[in-house]
Amino acid sequence: MNAKKEIIIISIASAIIGVLAVSLVWFGNPANMGFCIACFIRDTAGSLGLHRASATQYIRPEIVGLVLGSCLLAIGKKEFSVKGGSSPFTRFILGFFVMIGALMFLGCPFRMILRIAGGDFHALFGLAGFAVGIAVGVFFLKRGYSLKRTYKQPVSEGLIFPAIQIIFLILLIASPAFLFFTEAGGGPGGSHAPLLISLGVGLIVGALAQRTRLCMVGGIRDFILFREKRLLIGFGTILLSALIVNIALGYFHPGFGTQPIAHNDELWNFLGMVLTGFGSALLGGCPLRQLVLAGEGNTDSVITWVGLLVGAAFAHNFGLASSGDGPTDAGKVAVILGLVVVTAIACANTFKKKA
Amino acid sequence: MIDARGYSCPEPVLMIQAAMKTNENCYEMMVDNRVSVENVTRFANHSGYMVSCEQKGNDFLLTITKSE
Repeated sequence: MNAKKEIIIISIASAIIGVLAVSLVWFGNPANMGFCIACFIRDTAGSLGLHRASATQYIRPEIVGLVLGSCLLAIGKKEFSVKGGSSPFTRFILGFFVMIGALMFLGCPFRMILRIAGGDFHALFGLAGFAVGIAVGVFFLKRGYSLKRTYKQPVSEGLIFPAIQIIFLILLIASPAFLFFTEAGGGPGGSHAPLLISLGVGLIVGALAQRTRLCMVGGIRDFILFREKRLLIGFGTILLSALIVNIALGYFHPGFGTQPIAHNDELWNFLGMVLTGFGSALLGGCPLRQLVLAGEGNTDSVITWVGLLVGAAFAHNFGLASSGDGPTDAGKVAVILGLVVVTAIACANTFKKKA
Repeated sequence: MIDARGYSCPEPVLMIQAAMKTNENCYEMMVDNRVSVENVTRFANHSGYMVSCEQKGNDFLLTITKSE
């Protein structure tokens, strides 16, 4: 495929993703949260009772759709390839702290773009932190950072994760009493688009992201490493298309004032995303990309998802997650700890004697 | 021969980037996923190399030669 055609394809796909993401807000998702991998995994963790923050409990069908969309397209394109074994427990820890950083900022890299597209200028500090975090990750990548290779695994190993997503969907539809759901008006978990629309958009975004290899981290990383702009163009196009739809629907409220599900402590917006960007760069992709890879049969990315899920549960069980009122002291300690741990992981997997 | 099987992006591209410092006319590389084929091809093309890809079972053999 020639370079020009690739650019056109990722631009169209990203424009569609941006429009769909904002449309989910129109259908009922929280403001500037048409899509947020971190928030949606957190809501799912809450619904399963892994944390008891009553404002954030809902099994998000977008995540189910994303994984299944990627999985089905990968199978159709003969790209479903089951592999794993590249430092899985390290990936779990990285996933854990990527979530801690994202919940300090209040959004994954995808929501960061959507927040900027909604006029939330606090998210610009997140973007700056995100870029710095990736640049630090690139520093290690250039010096030989690696979590070592993956190995082929049995097909059944790779099908478990998509199967779990189907079970989540069945649970959501059946809504048994042991699940927790935020009541309407009770917080972000209580705001959601109708199930079929959320699921459908998730399927489409998952399929498009699988085809285009879209990754928020990859955009900035590949540009720094190789001056490669393709993924960065995807990043920019999502921002642009979401911005246009936000303006058209009257959702664009530019400023530093009160913004939906956001806080104005810019230092911690910045540091939270440094942690998320750094951790994601070491993982080889943003949370969205991890879910897409998990759908393609990459079980290391499944372990990363477990890390994200447990990170979300910890964040709400121990008061580490920020709220509209700002970050918590415990959250600040967790982010600093995260930066120390992620730096230690980066060093340990970069500067070591060759075996 | 650079064996990048089991590695995913961006590592295979970093491997070929490092290898290209010796400025040879031809490199061979094995990868095991399409994304790596695409990324290595893109990088090699930008760096003035042509890439041919041959599927070997589940793996891909990339032959990367300097453009005339």
